[in-house]
Formats: sequence, structure tokens, C-alpha cells
Amino acid sequence: MQPLIRIRGLTKRFGSGCDRCLDATGPEHDTNLCPHCGSVLACNDLSFDLFPGEALGVVGESGSGKSTLVRLLHFEWEASAGSMEVHRSASGAHQVAEMFPEDGDYSKNLLALSHFQKRQMRNALMGIVYQNPHLGLRMGVSSGGNIAERLLGAGWRNIAKMRGRASELLQKTEIPVERMDEPPANFSGGMQQRVQIAKALSNNPLILFLDEVTTGLDLSVQARVLDLIRNLRSEFNLSMLVVSHDLGVINLLCQRTMVMKAGHIVEDGLTDQILQDPQHRYTQLLVASQL
Amino acid sequence: MPLHEWPKRNDGQENDLEHRVGYPFGFMDEGAKKEIRRAILKAVAIPGYQVPYGSREMPIARGWGTGGLQITLALIRPDDILKVIDQGCDGSVNAVNIKKFVAKVAGVTVTTDTATATIIQTRHRIPEERMTDQQILVLQVPYPEALREVEPSEMETRRMHAEADYSRMWLYLYEDIVRYGEITISYRYPVTVNGRYITDPSPIPRWDVPKLHMADTLFLFGAGREKRIYAIPPHTAVVPLEFEDHPFRTENFVGKSCARCGATDSFLDEVIDNIQGVRSFFCSDSGYCDKRRETCSR
Repeated sequence: MQPLIRIRGLTKRFGSGCDRCLDATGPEHDTNLCPHCGSVLACNDLSFDLFPGEALGVVGESGSGKSTLVRLLHFEWEASAGSMEVHRSASGAHQVAEMFPEDGDYSKNLLALSHFQKRQMRNALMGIVYQNPHLGLRMGVSSGGNIAERLLGAGWRNIAKMRGRASELLQKTEIPVERMDEPPANFSGGMQQRVQIAKALSNNPLILFLDEVTTGLDLSVQARVLDLIRNLRSEFNLSMLVVSHDLGVINLLCQRTMVMKAGHIVEDGLTDQILQDPQHRYTQLLVASQL
Repeated sequence: MPLHEWPKRNDGQENDLEHRVGYPFGFMDEGAKKEIRRAILKAVAIPGYQVPYGSREMPIARGWGTGGLQITLALIRPDDILKVIDQGCDGSVNAVNIKKFVAKVAGVTVTTDTATATIIQTRHRIPEERMTDQQILVLQVPYPEALREVEPSEMETRRMHAEADYSRMWLYLYEDIVRYGEITISYRYPVTVNGRYITDPSPIPRWDVPKLHMADTLFLFGAGREKRIYAIPPHTAVVPLEFEDHPFRTENFVGKSCARCGATDSFLDEVIDNIQGVRSFFCSDSGYCDKRRETCSR
């Protein structure tokens, strides 16, 4: 099976950078701050693949570059270096056919596209759920409107159809449809998170980014949200990148996991394997402190 | 006269340099006029795009039509015939003042007749009579940014225009429909110009929006306080934002007519008599109303 998304050499540097940055940072130095030039290497030369229908977990301590990774892949920040390519078999790829060269199975490097093209790609292929619903939702706009915003961005111009789609998604995410015209500000945290999920799913994304989705929710609500995500994954055949510092969430959702530390991937493999038999010193520490 | 010949129509006349009443011809110095003309050319070349320019001090306060006035002064020639209207009315104080001022500094003839004018400066209305390719309509604009309602930051609205990222404007209309059953914007109705930029047509009523579409006339928009010039060139598609199941519609005056001239095909102002309490309607376009009365009485 060919990977759905190929990421190679992804790097994000804050600051001017110098020749010694690469040698002076990383897990062995336990920092991503270059002592010579003061630059922060939030992500350093990350390479990995994401396969169709797979949920890939990313764990690591805070400051290890997990959220930066998501922001780069979701085009919110610009990468300093690296490439991201999508397989042409991806659903939604037909909407952005011009991104795919005639020979070869993979798209151009998406990270090098213009802002306009990136937004097109994002509308066609991606969905994101943030830890804080305030980042992903407009709190003053109705929940239906929040979902419609993505559809409007993708060129929908029919109110009835958009409302139909919104109520369908709200049903799937267990929000009462009669509350569709209420702003998410009226909802509880768990409901807001589910509205956010509905919004992320509105354009039938190929890949869903989950950035600490359950952090800050109480345990019973966490369980419902995770359950929902699992069901939706099998229903929509989503590929997911799940960022969390909670190994329980990763264990529940992901088949494969990467462990990040100081901007590097220190270990990756099957989730079971990583949790049962961690190889890297940091992973051992992580697993030991969790369980 | 084709548009491209228009600037050359008075070649050989050097009276741009002739000083009047102690000021250069057309009040502004040649450098200022040149800058504004260049901004206008750019605006015409990119329909609906807001071109920044250095708005000059005028002898009226900013926000009172200085943007339109500067365009008028930059374009006007001594043989032009000028009409100035304010909410459709030729006789309002603001319109009369601007008209007198331009007549003084440029020595032009003034008129209230839409058909004979070569340049019409207007606030918040487009004349009822269809304008020709010989004429230019200059609109005064208070808020040139159509996206300001949804985004307060200028930096962000510029990015949105550059990337044609208009989903938030559409979302605003969606919310309006969800809340009130229809789009409640009565004036400043946003339009898409030439399939690209969402543009503020200035605070004209909905009634006037269709007149912008595929017109014969050049429309120039000047915002003096906000320092922007933009344009809708002749024969340009101007489409109001609408949904498939909620089409754009104009004001409805069915069953009503002008109490003065009897017109049923014009934009009407509602006037309530303070003493008698009687409600009546009058044409908002006073020049059109006068013309109809004249032709009827003859």
C-alpha cells in the first residue's frame, strides 16, 4: 500500500538559524533552543508517512513540537524546509487536479504552494479539531453557520442544502438539531468540541488533525468524544493525525504512534509495541510515568 | 466617443494651467491631479480593487464628499457639464455647495439634467435615467471596504481580497437569513465585480445595484477619508451576493407612485406630513421628477 501523505524533512525554525543549530539541538541535548544563535527548532527534519484510513498518534512532552507539526501540515504556519505530498487516489483530489503532475502518483510539494492554493487544498482535503473550541469555532455565529462557513468556502451557495448538511453532521455528532441556530457559546465544553468535529467533517476531509481534543474535558465527556471519533473514523474512512500527551487517548485511537522530543521523532512504531516495549529512554520515561 | 479617446478630447487646450480665483485650474495642483488620474487608471484596470491614494485637503471636511470631489476635480475640463446630486436631490446644501465650488475653480457649466451632464458626482444614488458611454458617474464613498462589517483589521481584509477568501462575508449573509429569513442589508449591498473582488457599491439603495451591471457608463468611487479610489468600468459584470434559494431583490414600490410626477418606475422617498399626518411618496431623483413634470405640462 502506498502512503496517502508523504512528509519529508519537515523543519520549522524560529529565528535566524546558524550552521550549528542542527548539531546543538535535539533529544540528546534535551533542548530545541540553539545555544549559538538563539533560534528555536520547533520541528527538525521530520519524515513520516500517513496511510489511508490510518490513525497516527503523536505523543511527547509539551514543547516537543507536536502542535507545531499540526500547524505546519494545516498550513497555518509556513515551514522553514521540507515537503508534503498527497497521493492522487485521495478523495477530494479531483477538486484540486491542477496540483498533481501528469506523471507520478504524488502531488507537488504542498508546502511550497501559494496562500490561495493552500487554502484550496485545505478546503478540499483537511479538517482540524483544536484543543480549545475557541480556536476552531466562531463563538458568536450559530453552530449551523460554523459548519456552513467551510461549505461556503468550498463554493456552496444554497442555504437549504447547507442547512441539510449541517443538521446531518450535528446528528452524527449527537448535537440536538433544534439547537443548530444557537451559537456554540451557549454550549458546554463537550458539545462545543462535538460542534468542532462536525465543522471539521463538513467538507468530507481526507485527513483530520486532532490537536489534544480531549484535554480539558471531564472523563465521561472524554469517553464520549473519543467514542464519536472512533465511529466517525470507520464511517468516513478518515486518516487522522492524533496529537496528544495522553497515552490513553493514543492507545484507544491509534494503530501507529510517533514519539517526539525536542523537535525530533525519537521513536515510532505500532502503538502496542511502543507502550509495551518502549526502546528510547524518553519513551520509557513517558510510559513509566503514565502507567 | 470611445472611452480611450475621452482623455484626449481636448488636446491642445492648455487651460489646465490657467489660474482661476487665485487657485490652479480645478483647485488642486497638477501633481495631485496626476496622482489621482493614475490611481483612477489603475482602478479601471482592476475592476473593484481599492487603489490607495494620497487624499488631499479640500475646502470641505473629510467625510462630506472629498473623495468624489477630488475625482471630479482631477477629471474635469472647462467644456464639461457638471451635475451634483445628494441622495438623488440636486438642491440639497451639500450638492449645491460642491457644484458651486467646482463651477468656480474650473469654470464649468452646471446642470440638473442627467442626460446633458458629462460628469455627475453623486452621493448615495444613481440617476434613474440610463446614463451613456459619454458620461462618468463619480460616487462619494464613506466606507470603501465591503468586508469591514465582518473584519475590523485592514491588514486582514487586504489579505482576504488578495486570496479571494470571502467565506466570512458569505457567512454573514447566511446568518442574516437564518435569523431574519432574508438578507437585511438595505444599502451598501456587497457586489462581486468582474467575478473577482467583492466591492462596496457605496451606500446606494438595492434599487440602484442592478444599474451597475453591464452599464455603458464608467463608475468611479472616491473615499477621501479612507484614501481609496476604485472603479467599475463600462460593460463589467456586477453581481450582488445572493444564494440560489434566496435571490437578491430590490425595494418594492408596487402600488405606489410619486405624488409630484406620478412616476411608478423610480426609487421613492416616503414623506410624512407633520401637520396632517398624511403619508406620500416622492421621486428620490429630483432631476428625473422635474423632467417628467415638464414633459407632462407641455
